[in-house]
Amino acid sequence: MSNILEIKNLVVSYGGIEAVKGIDMIVPEGEIVTLIGANGAGKSTTLKSIAGLVKPRQASIQFKGQEIVGKTPDFIVSQGITLVPEGRRVFPNLTVMENLRIGAYLRKDNLKDDLEYVFSLFPRLKEREWQMAGTLSGGEQQMLAVGRALMSRPKLIMMDEPSLGLAPLVVKDIFTIIQTINEQGITVLLIEQNANMALKVAHKAYVIETGKITMEGTGAELLANEEIKEAYLGKTK
Amino acid sequence: MTSTSFLQYCLAGVSIGGIYALIAIGYTMVYGILRLINFAHGDIFMMAAYFMIFAMVDFALPWYVSIVLVLAATVALGVLIEKAAYKPLRSAPRMSIMISAIGVSYLLQNLATYLFSALPKGYPSIAFLTKTITIGSISTSVVTFITPILTIVFVVLLMQLINHTKIGMAMRAVSKDFETSQLMGIKINRVISFTFVIGCFLAAVGSILYFTPRPSVYPLAGSLPGLKCFIAAVFGGIGSIPGAVLGGFLIGLSETFIKAAGYSEFSDVFTFILLIVVLLFRPTGLFGEKITEKV
Repeated sequence: MSNILEIKNLVVSYGGIEAVKGIDMIVPEGEIVTLIGANGAGKSTTLKSIAGLVKPRQASIQFKGQEIVGKTPDFIVSQGITLVPEGRRVFPNLTVMENLRIGAYLRKDNLKDDLEYVFSLFPRLKEREWQMAGTLSGGEQQMLAVGRALMSRPKLIMMDEPSLGLAPLVVKDIFTIIQTINEQGITVLLIEQNANMALKVAHKAYVIETGKITMEGTGAELLANEEIKEAYLGKTK
Repeated sequence: MTSTSFLQYCLAGVSIGGIYALIAIGYTMVYGILRLINFAHGDIFMMAAYFMIFAMVDFALPWYVSIVLVLAATVALGVLIEKAAYKPLRSAPRMSIMISAIGVSYLLQNLATYLFSALPKGYPSIAFLTKTITIGSISTSVVTFITPILTIVFVVLLMQLINHTKIGMAMRAVSKDFETSQLMGIKINRVISFTFVIGCFLAAVGSILYFTPRPSVYPLAGSLPGLKCFIAAVFGGIGSIPGAVLGGFLIGLSETFIKAAGYSEFSDVFTFILLIVVLLFRPTGLFGEKITEKV
């Protein structure tokens, strides 16, 4: 299987401090890949670099063989990469419907099928179509953020901490949705602090510590790894 | 006060209020999207008046060509100012961009003094606008009569644009969250430029309506109207378009009635007292959003 995304030697610094210190990652097409690590390890920075929001100091990021470092976020979206940002970041002053439509901002074709698809994944959003997004609950906002990302018809969807601050039942729903989306052929790159859930669904996983990849393997391998258990899954020896 | 003169003052009040509203929209929209008080806005309004003198007096163009040229030149000036003085400071602290705006304001005033001298220049009169018409017992000039109508038309069009078009939706999104807007594929610089286009277009319309019944223009002519419109925007809740419109009409009406009561010198004082009172007792204005810091 080919790799949809290949990152080589990604270095990002903020005001002289290196947040990401040369990481290499590959994301095979059609899989769920997760990047786990503690707060401040450089996970979000990595995703923002791929989305074009952060300019890396040096890197090669190839999406389907095309170099995307230095490209603008709108170009990267148009190529089929989308990012569901941390903390959901739905537009509170726009209705649910408008939030979905703005997800398809660069598209000029008919959105009817896509809206139907998103509403079939998240029937709750259909009920709240005309409500301002700011009035939704946290879980509904997360669904909206995912739905909004899907509206751009992505080939790769990146999610930054989708389970953050949500009730356990809702977290379960979100992970079910992630698997559903993936089964329909969209590659997923997932960042999580909830390492347990993330490793269970992931085909491939990376561990990042203070800006460097320290371990990689399949989800199941890392789930069984003693060090990982101790550091991220809250199990003592 | 007889009922005729009362109506006469009401019309004069809503007329000047309409002009204030058109200019106040420019302040409030730029603030909504950039969190910037564009202190140069009143001076852009002044420059629009000089453009009109150029077109109609110096080049002797007909009024309908001149109006189109004035609108285009004012919009171009506004977009140029944004690109040169505000865009490079996009990620700088808000105070820096605010100071840059004050700098642009002084630059325009002094540039106008240098280029056109400090002496007042006669503003061309557009024949059909200065004609006197009589409606019932009130007689007034055409411009006074059509100003509030034009204002309402532009406000309705603007609200339609913001609430029911794709670019309007993008403007609302960008005003809330730059980064997420970029993730949607929105080119935020384009949306910001578009905001300046609208603000300057309305300022140019306001300028034509404001100066037509007045004899002359001088380089500081935009300063006081600009401040009043800023106050109108603050009163209505800066960032809110309906608020700015309401604020504009309110200041126009109260100014006119204070003058009518014989306290001409006091009318501007009232406007500034209004600013202080609003800031003291309701800093978010009538329709302003509460600032909530999210964790």
